[in-house]
Amino acid sequence: MADYFSTWFPEGWDWLGWLLAAIIQAVLLLHVIAVGAVVFIWMERKIAGRIQDRLGPTRTGGKFGWLQTLADGIKLLSKEDLMPRDADPLLFKLAPYISLAASFTAFLALPFASGWVGVRLNIALFFVIAVLGLEVFGVILAGYGSGSKWSLFGGMRQAAQVVSYEVPLGICVVVPVLISGTMDLVTIADQQSGLFSNWLFFHDPFCMLLFWVYFTCGIASVNRAPFDLAEAESELVSGFLTEYSGIRWSLFFMAEYGSMFLVSGLAAILFFGGWNGPIPIFFWVPEGNFTLETLANLVGLGNFLLKAVLGVVVMMWVRWTLPRLRIDQVISMCLKYCVPIAAFCFLGSVLWTALHLPFLNDVMPMQARGDVREGWVQDIDNEMQQLEKRLATEAYELNSAVEGGPQQEAQTSLEEDAADRVALIPTPQPEGAR
Amino acid sequence: MTNFPLLLAAEINWHTVFFYLTSFIACGFALAMVVSSNVVRMAFFLVLSLAATSGLIFLTGAHFVGAMQLMIYVGGTVVLLIFGVMLTAQQAFISMKTKAGDWILALIVGGSLLALLTQIAFSVPAWRSSDYQARLQAEVTAAEEEIIAAMAADNRTELTAAEAAKLRPLLAKVKYGQPELTSQVGLGLVGVRVDKPELDSLGYSGYLLPFEIVSVHLLVVLVGAAYLARSKRSAVMQTPEGDAR
Repeated sequence: MADYFSTWFPEGWDWLGWLLAAIIQAVLLLHVIAVGAVVFIWMERKIAGRIQDRLGPTRTGGKFGWLQTLADGIKLLSKEDLMPRDADPLLFKLAPYISLAASFTAFLALPFASGWVGVRLNIALFFVIAVLGLEVFGVILAGYGSGSKWSLFGGMRQAAQVVSYEVPLGICVVVPVLISGTMDLVTIADQQSGLFSNWLFFHDPFCMLLFWVYFTCGIASVNRAPFDLAEAESELVSGFLTEYSGIRWSLFFMAEYGSMFLVSGLAAILFFGGWNGPIPIFFWVPEGNFTLETLANLVGLGNFLLKAVLGVVVMMWVRWTLPRLRIDQVISMCLKYCVPIAAFCFLGSVLWTALHLPFLNDVMPMQARGDVREGWVQDIDNEMQQLEKRLATEAYELNSAVEGGPQQEAQTSLEEDAADRVALIPTPQPEGAR
Repeated sequence: MTNFPLLLAAEINWHTVFFYLTSFIACGFALAMVVSSNVVRMAFFLVLSLAATSGLIFLTGAHFVGAMQLMIYVGGTVVLLIFGVMLTAQQAFISMKTKAGDWILALIVGGSLLALLTQIAFSVPAWRSSDYQARLQAEVTAAEEEIIAAMAADNRTELTAAEAAKLRPLLAKVKYGQPELTSQVGLGLVGVRVDKPELDSLGYSGYLLPFEIVSVHLLVVLVGAAYLARSKRSAVMQTPEGDAR
């Protein structure tokens, strides 16, 4: 995209194109969180209502109450921004922004369709997991900075919970990496193109089990019921949120819904083929056809969003169905069940892959896994091909110039070529603009 | 005059701008951490400083090391630090007063470390100039000229395997830094040195063994800590109150 925008501006101003592309991507990602929160809060209200045999919001904005979140938002904006006298002002005020920033940063490396990603990192999965663990920091600061015992208890519980659940989450995430041989999320999902049997969920029976462990740990690490001990209303008033009101309170909620979407999006990429639907669209698209590729990517984007939102809906369903666990139950669930099951599945998956045992995918047509290389290898391959052509033409022209063929033509084409060469040499771009 | 903004935009190396921005954030928060007296605020500033440092590493293109910095230092250590602070604090918002003697001692130790690191940084010739990209580009152009001459002499249109092998790492270096270095480092850890094949002998085990020994040490410490914490609990359980439960 940045290369395309750069052609709009005169020479020397192409950095404006890079800036424009960066701004567009940042705004799009921000809207995934902001609009996502608006939609998810409405969905949460409707789903909670239906599960509890109520209707949920019905009046604001038409029959289904779909403007309810907007009304909520206006109410929250007009609330007074209170701060307790005992609070540490700096930490209290900054904590919501830390949470939101951590949630937003993780989206930088999350792809939404083949190649549609803010920053394509080689280690995108690792980056996402590392940043996801930072969100707890905002909660701890909020708990400590509020100067209230409820908040402090909430923050402590959250810290203990997230730190413990990162262990099984890490083990779960390693298995797709092991099967696909890369941590590049785009490549992991591209390898699962084809029929649904190519999804890593259907790679072997252990992966099928592992997904549920991942999802449980995901719910726990984004602090949702039945693991929402940090804000357990029945014992801790509102946990770390007790002293917060108005816009700061809603920032925490935006971060939470953002993380929910992130975790289920990651599940969609790692286990359910990301943007590759049950219909193998990406199989039929001819390589290098920009229009068809974009169309396929648009369908893939819808596919990915559908899968991720489905994950969020399941999280809401779980929240309004299961009772809250006790803190000791939460920790023993992690250490006594999730970690051993994840480790067992990890071993099983390794053995299954190493022994080349057949499963669903091997009896189905259209196996694609293993054909897709990591991003930078592909990129260098393309560049090598271009370079080979260019070097060949230059060598040919050098020859014809030496042999005294059509001197005039060779001279002019050499000049043209010099201009071409300047344009073709890959100019080093600032890393940040990418 | 009309050319001024154009010149400015062309002259600015945005990589350098981002480098200075991130490093000033890192240094500023490190200073704030030293000056601050509230323990939790110190931890907060430390986190921001470490996060900015990982930003610096991301700027160099070493994404794996940057994410490691985020995971280990920013994520792990600071959460542990906060646990320590919260579990040991006797009252809310403890603040630490530093004595003058401590200040002087810390200044001497920190200053000598800074001097040492500065000297090391300036003693590497490759780090003293900022024309890295230009030199790399010159290297690529020289290799290209050579290959063009060879192709013209042999009258062929395709690269030989040796030429392709020479160009590929150069291209990768221009565009991505050295992405294959991560796997080289990983292989070095288990004793396979790609850069020094003469070291690849039978008894050479790399850094894996020392690394494992250190991690087993940590495990021993963990088990010991768990044992110590547990023995206290069982002593409490033997009191009549514990039996009644």
